[in-house]
Amino acid sequence: MVNKFIRRFYTFLIFGFLYAPIAVLAVFSFNDSKSTAKWEGFTLDWYQSLFSNNYIMKSLYYTVLVALIASVVATIIGTFAAFGLFYMKSWKQKAILNVNSIPILNPDIVTGVSLMTLFVALNVNLGLLTMIIAHVTFCIPYVVLSVLPKLKQMPGEMLEAALDLGATPWYAFKKVIFPEIKPGIITGALIAFTLSIDDFVISFFTTGNGVSNLSIAIYSMARRGIKPEINALSTLMFLTVLVLMLILNKRTKIEEI
Amino acid sequence: MLKKLASGPYLFWIAMFIIVPILMILFFSMVTVESDGSYTFTVSNYVRAFDPIYVTVLLRSLKIAVQATLICLVLGYPMAMILAKMDPRYRTTAVMLFVVPMWMNFLLRTYAWMTILGKNGVLNGILSFFGLPQMTFLYSEGAVLLGMVYNFLPFMVLPIYTVLMKMDKSLIEAAEDLGGNKKTVFTKVVLPLSLPGILSGVSMVFMPAVSTFVISNLLYGGQYMLVGNLIEQQFLVVNDWHFGSAVAMILMLLILVSMAVMNKLGGSGVEEKGVNLW
Repeated sequence: MVNKFIRRFYTFLIFGFLYAPIAVLAVFSFNDSKSTAKWEGFTLDWYQSLFSNNYIMKSLYYTVLVALIASVVATIIGTFAAFGLFYMKSWKQKAILNVNSIPILNPDIVTGVSLMTLFVALNVNLGLLTMIIAHVTFCIPYVVLSVLPKLKQMPGEMLEAALDLGATPWYAFKKVIFPEIKPGIITGALIAFTLSIDDFVISFFTTGNGVSNLSIAIYSMARRGIKPEINALSTLMFLTVLVLMLILNKRTKIEEI
Repeated sequence: MLKKLASGPYLFWIAMFIIVPILMILFFSMVTVESDGSYTFTVSNYVRAFDPIYVTVLLRSLKIAVQATLICLVLGYPMAMILAKMDPRYRTTAVMLFVVPMWMNFLLRTYAWMTILGKNGVLNGILSFFGLPQMTFLYSEGAVLLGMVYNFLPFMVLPIYTVLMKMDKSLIEAAEDLGGNKKTVFTKVVLPLSLPGILSGVSMVFMPAVSTFVISNLLYGGQYMLVGNLIEQQFLVVNDWHFGSAVAMILMLLILVSMAVMNKLGGSGVEEKGVNLW
């Protein structure tokens, strides 16, 4: 049974490593001092100053706004793209899918600086619009890749059958194709939304004019040193993620992730 | 008609925002601006990237990224095996607990280490509690390495775990029945079969590690530490976009080549195994 003990101990160590930093942030978010070395008593001041911090609240608003717009736009463009790609000649489809995978394979920093170069060359002011365009750009490939397999799983010639039976192409798409690929679209939209919410590097290079998302706000605050408000923010974000995952876990009983 | 029209907006989008930007930095990396505003083609930006100062930066990035990848592999493989062998009742929860930190903002995860390793951080607090001298942990190469391992460990564990879960258990039983001891079964059956998972884990850790500038900026400081920092500085601080583009192209090439090598390794490896098995 030594084996079992070692296994438990190792699991414990790894989970400790993963959760200790989060626990430290959570504990010190209630500390009545700016220091993270000594416990000075319980306070909720940092939570209060977090919610009255205009910069953070505005960044939160932009994060959600950009994620919503970018994921909706990327899902629409990506779904129709997958539909078009599916009926394309195979060599054409392959070539386009290669381009599609560029933003996935390329380091974020290269995507970020290249988009920034484009925007500056086109004389577009960096700001909310450029950030949304950039987010749509890196989200579309994931939507395409999650919708396309669903199209391939579809029983063959479904579209032709619908058309032969007198449906207009649009009606056939809406009533025959769409229900088949819906799970892929939802997955794609969710991936797009989470990627957009979490993005830092690409946003960092493609925004300006005082528009910043939460990641940029955290970065610029963290560069100036330890801020207890960030501890409070981390704790709230961790709890949000944890609750979301628990709900998801309860609802779907995921076997594999 | 609809079939053709459907991908129209998409084709426009990828041409405009994926292909054109990359061609632009390729162009920028190969020209310099003359005093009258015209462009001349030159290789000087690339030559400059091979200046010893910048070669050191490139090598340092590669070294730290390789170290982080290896540490993640060594720490992550056993963890993936434990997760795969766990009682199904606890497994879902354990895997979920593994995913949760990954879903938390990546900057917050890095920031957490600032509060632990900092001068007035938790570690120094513990040291002074025991009457030990204060030490500087932050702003060192070790801190950056730690930050990378912490951030990217789940990227290594999850693909390996998935492969191990999908593995045909009867192969392992067969190997055991044929008299293989634990070590042989692992090195001859489990490890080769999990190679695709290892390879995808390795590329998922190596890629972000070699191109990061956030972890090194927060845990090391503002110097030219890694390739990522060099690119960021050239574009946002020094404003030498030509040199910055050249470095970005080199980084892109490096990543694409290592991906191609990894694909080759994975592809041929799996096929060979298939042949051997039969």
